[in-house]
Amino acid sequence: MLVLFNANSADFPKGDIRMIFFKLLFMVCLLLLPVSGLAADDGYGYPIPGPYESTIMGTPASLKPQFPVHMRTRRLVLDIYPDRKKPPIFFYDEGLLCTLAFQKQKAPLVFLIGGTGATNQSPRLITMMKSLYHAGFHVITLPSPTLANFIISASQSRVPGDLTEDSADLYRVMETAWQQVKGDIEVSEFLLGGYSMGASQAAFVAKLDEERRVFNFRRVLMINPPVSLYSSVTRIEELLKQIPGGAKKQGFFFNRMFSKFSRFYRYGNFVAIDEDFIYSIYTEKLFTTPETAGLIGLSYRIGLAGMIFSSDVMTNSGYVVPKNRVLSSSDSIFDYFLVSTHLSFYDYFNEYFYPFFKKQRPELTKQALIDSQSLRSIEGYLKSSTKFGMMTNEDDFILTKAELDYLRQLFGERAKIYPRGGHLGNLEFKDNQAYMVDFFRMGSTP
Amino acid sequence: MKITSHYGRGFALTAMFLSLSLGGCAASMVNNTEEVPAMHSINEFKDQRFAEVEDPWEGFNRSMYRFNFYFDKYLFLPVVNSYEFITPTFVQQRISGVYNNLGEVRNLTNSLFQLKGMDSLTTLGRFVTNSTLGLAGMFDPATSFGLERRNEDFGKTLNYWGADSGPYLVLPIFGPSSVRDASGLAVDSGISYGIYTAINPFGNTGNSFVYDTLVTGMGTIDARHQKSFRYYESGYPFEYYMVRFIYHEQREIEAGMPLPAE
Repeated sequence: MLVLFNANSADFPKGDIRMIFFKLLFMVCLLLLPVSGLAADDGYGYPIPGPYESTIMGTPASLKPQFPVHMRTRRLVLDIYPDRKKPPIFFYDEGLLCTLAFQKQKAPLVFLIGGTGATNQSPRLITMMKSLYHAGFHVITLPSPTLANFIISASQSRVPGDLTEDSADLYRVMETAWQQVKGDIEVSEFLLGGYSMGASQAAFVAKLDEERRVFNFRRVLMINPPVSLYSSVTRIEELLKQIPGGAKKQGFFFNRMFSKFSRFYRYGNFVAIDEDFIYSIYTEKLFTTPETAGLIGLSYRIGLAGMIFSSDVMTNSGYVVPKNRVLSSSDSIFDYFLVSTHLSFYDYFNEYFYPFFKKQRPELTKQALIDSQSLRSIEGYLKSSTKFGMMTNEDDFILTKAELDYLRQLFGERAKIYPRGGHLGNLEFKDNQAYMVDFFRMGSTP
Repeated sequence: MKITSHYGRGFALTAMFLSLSLGGCAASMVNNTEEVPAMHSINEFKDQRFAEVEDPWEGFNRSMYRFNFYFDKYLFLPVVNSYEFITPTFVQQRISGVYNNLGEVRNLTNSLFQLKGMDSLTTLGRFVTNSTLGLAGMFDPATSFGLERRNEDFGKTLNYWGADSGPYLVLPIFGPSSVRDASGLAVDSGISYGIYTAINPFGNTGNSFVYDTLVTGMGTIDARHQKSFRYYESGYPFEYYMVRFIYHEQREIEAGMPLPAE
């Protein structure tokens, strides 16, 4: 489970409040960015050096592909488990939300899977959707299985994080979505893509499709995949060690960072929290590098907390919410927020996730469970199937050097590795988007 | 943002007593099963609470948050969506411009209340320029002349004269607010109403009630149209707290008086 919240300050998505929160949080840490120290002379135009910086900053609006505003879309609300009773605290959840963008004529349909915590409207998915729509594809965006909406409405086990099960859930969602739209659009063939954790899931979904054969995906694109989820999360958890006192003191850290932030605003002569203000935060180097790392780690924890809490409520496991407590829509859940944010991924894995699977499969060891959350567990398939493509960056910090080499060797010719961009920072860059569109076009039946 | 241990422990104790005393009864009403304490609870963490805002009426506020969700869903947004569907984007932008220009009156009065000379002049300049050259605000030439918008309201004025934000408050329809900002909203609305009545723009049309209602109704639709926020859209279970924190923090920061030098 990786961080991957879009912290692109230029345009956070319509109404996504969590994004706005992260924007605020990240404005705090838009550090030391030597924007002028631009691109090394390597022919790649993505301008932001530094893996953390590019991950936080994303792609400047002027370097994203430009499209006409108009796009034919429809919001899909999928009722995957009609008999499932939803707890009162999730009264607003009416089904899994996906978005369809559709052509009037026959066209290939691309399913896109978001990264950890992504909604179907997350800005990266929307950019990918626009690129593909304007290149003539139908597109359906799917939220990440780690999103509360997915856990509540679409996860069979309601316990997210297992690639095999999450992918089976995703497959079911795709089938349901297809049932819902197939009377209205004409589809020539199916394609599949995903980024970050969604990239790993795309690989597992494709493998499942080889047995089920509902879609027969012609091509599958994986963007910034982790090799092993466990190893990638470890690298993110490590960022929190840079907080004085470690992750257990994240509250002190958060409060200190925020007062630093507001003090900066008050001393400076700013008119509003706007682009000028953000810009000066990084030109003035308000935050140190360890502080920035800590803030990235903390925002990841805040996302993880949503997943832990939703899953716990849905399974009534008594992990952070007392077992059998029925929360109403007006009950305070703030203490659960504080508790959940203080839990690490290891806590979740050892105390909740592993015991859940152990109960079903008593012979299961921890190591076996960890190993099954890795691309290595299906490497024979990934190596031999020509339908795959993979895009990543030299400086993607969720990969070790050895893992990057592994991806290079596993995908060979099918790998496209950019010199920089951090984790997903360059995904919306126009060259990357053009590469993605070409990948899906290649060998297409007109 | 206070030290937790105190408050946290007190709260946990109360919660424990409550669950001990009410647990059985609540359980028998709901699903006939005893509550079992969770594996992790707030007591085990010796840390500061964070992203917290004074919110003694949380139960009421969360209910209001929910009300707003339904109000949006069944009434407000369908109306706004129809408006957006039937009105060309160009026209929508001009309408927003007109209402935003009327909002300069609020910016001006409150800049004056806060004795902000430069800001008052800027806002006055904007209002005059956009009302004339900008055709009643349909266009915004003032910004290109370097007269940038300075948002002010009576909530900020109250803050300027030393009023604390008071507890967080979710207002019906208007959404996130605070005791101070809600009072400010009432005063601003009163002033606008007073000015509007004094000018009485449709007084001699014979149909002033109809026109007044149209002006207000259109203003309400335009205000929602300009806001992209949708309740519960984040899919994040702690959205209420994120919204609360952002609202509070942004108001505090933007309305804040300069701190004394260290």
